[in-house]
Amino acid sequence: MSLPAVPLPRYPSSPLVALDTLWLQVAGTLCNIECRHCFISSSPNNRAHEMMTLAQVQRWLDEAKGLGVREYYFTGGEPFLNRELPDMLALTLAQGPATVLTNGLLITEAAARRLRELAEGTEYSLDIRVSIDGWDAATNDPIRGEGTFDRIMAGVARLAAAGINPVLTVTEACEGAASTAGRARFLEFLRGAGLRQPRLKVMPLLRLGAEETRTRAYQAWESLAGRTLTPAEAEALQCSSSRMVTARGVYVCPILIESPAARMASSLAGALRPFELSFRACYTCHEQGLSCRT
Amino acid sequence: MPDVTRTAELGTFRRVALLGGIYSNYLALGEALRIARERGAEEVVALGDFGAFGPHPDRTVEILREARIPAIQGNYEESLAGGADDCHCGYTDPRDNLYAQASYDYTRLNTAREHKEWMGTLPAQARLGVGAKRVLLCHGSPRKINEFLWASTTPAPFIHKLLRDHDADLIACTHTGLHWCRFVAPGRGVVNVGALGRPANDGRPNVWLTVLEADGDAVRAEFVPVPYDHERLAREMESERLPAEFVETVRTGWWTTCLEILPARERAMGRH
Repeated sequence: MSLPAVPLPRYPSSPLVALDTLWLQVAGTLCNIECRHCFISSSPNNRAHEMMTLAQVQRWLDEAKGLGVREYYFTGGEPFLNRELPDMLALTLAQGPATVLTNGLLITEAAARRLRELAEGTEYSLDIRVSIDGWDAATNDPIRGEGTFDRIMAGVARLAAAGINPVLTVTEACEGAASTAGRARFLEFLRGAGLRQPRLKVMPLLRLGAEETRTRAYQAWESLAGRTLTPAEAEALQCSSSRMVTARGVYVCPILIESPAARMASSLAGALRPFELSFRACYTCHEQGLSCRT
Repeated sequence: MPDVTRTAELGTFRRVALLGGIYSNYLALGEALRIARERGAEEVVALGDFGAFGPHPDRTVEILREARIPAIQGNYEESLAGGADDCHCGYTDPRDNLYAQASYDYTRLNTAREHKEWMGTLPAQARLGVGAKRVLLCHGSPRKINEFLWASTTPAPFIHKLLRDHDADLIACTHTGLHWCRFVAPGRGVVNVGALGRPANDGRPNVWLTVLEADGDAVRAEFVPVPYDHERLAREMESERLPAEFVETVRTGWWTTCLEILPARERAMGRH
């Protein structure tokens, strides 16, 4: 006698339409601060993913070139902790546009000048995206750490002085930031801080990593189990056009690198296949239209 | 993916003029057709987005139809013909979308039904030869009508892939409003023809058309400035109560809206 089969939840998949965007976890999960909402719990001690070397980056760039990748994003952890970052950027900017996601704390005058030189030495865009979580220390510091607001804005000022206009990224941990009034307030704050053309990206929160403790984890209903996505909905997800590489291989996206099941292959060619959207964070990407791209 | 069964074959030429987004700038269109003739263009093709931004959208469509200009759909024609509620321009910033909506609502209200039906009959893409090279004409990119191909974010390896995937030597597109070209081999590459409807965010009020010309086995792309009576257009936009920000762009040559979609490099070149 056989037992009745218990149906497993079925999840929709996203196809890889084209590998347009390659993310590089150049600082691994190592960071000089410990934000209370970090979805991969980056910290000075988190070595889940190690730093990448220049040689590793070169190998990924070579493979990406053959696949026609359109753009590159550098993240961590804190990318400026990796001393080879400027050389990595120089290699990258020879074959496409690059964006660096940073907390801004290590942007010295010399670093800002070097970024300006890199931007001037390429025909492609070099974009710097600085994370902040409020328009003053009272809103930002409880999330990103004591004293960080002033240090972030000092880094932004150094970029602006070097002629680089960063994008500021704020999460919804800053209450009201996503509303029309909140955005207007942020843009005004950035103008006041000396940015002539303020640029802002507001990101939803991911209930993973440190954020699970700060607020809450995903609940059972926050899932794409049993859902059907139209082709247009599936193609709107960032996993239909990007992959993430870390020192440990190719992952589906920048969000899920702490999930072993989200590791897809040890080469990009091996990761050009559909991905089953069985993770809770997939719910956020679909429902809130989240993309880690600028 | 665009419906490739709706690709027009236009023939082979030595010299063609290509018109990017016209955005209801019928005054610049008149000048562009005159300049194209002067330049000896054997054919003129419009790459979509006839409406938006400017006044009296029917005037542009009437000139195009009267002159029997071969044309492909832009996202505007696709949206207007399909009765969509918005232009599907592809912006992501709320302020950008606000202005895009004002622009679309005006154009939709002021475009005759018969013209909307004509837009629905236009092909999604077209192919033509320039000398020995095969040119694919599209609105945004060969893979998506509203994809933005900017100079600073369309790198050579990506261009190789587009040419391979879409079986072309040269891709000509518009949608961004900024003209540029990148050749990855002689006669092989991407030419963004820019816009005929709106200045190129360079502080000059003129707009641009593009001439492709056979050059031995290769193709040369020339961007030709199109001066026109921009003050008259600005006044007409004011009487139509179009946003003052649009009028400012016509008068100054600097973009005031739809800026957030610009990559870092292109953004830094403008005033706002």
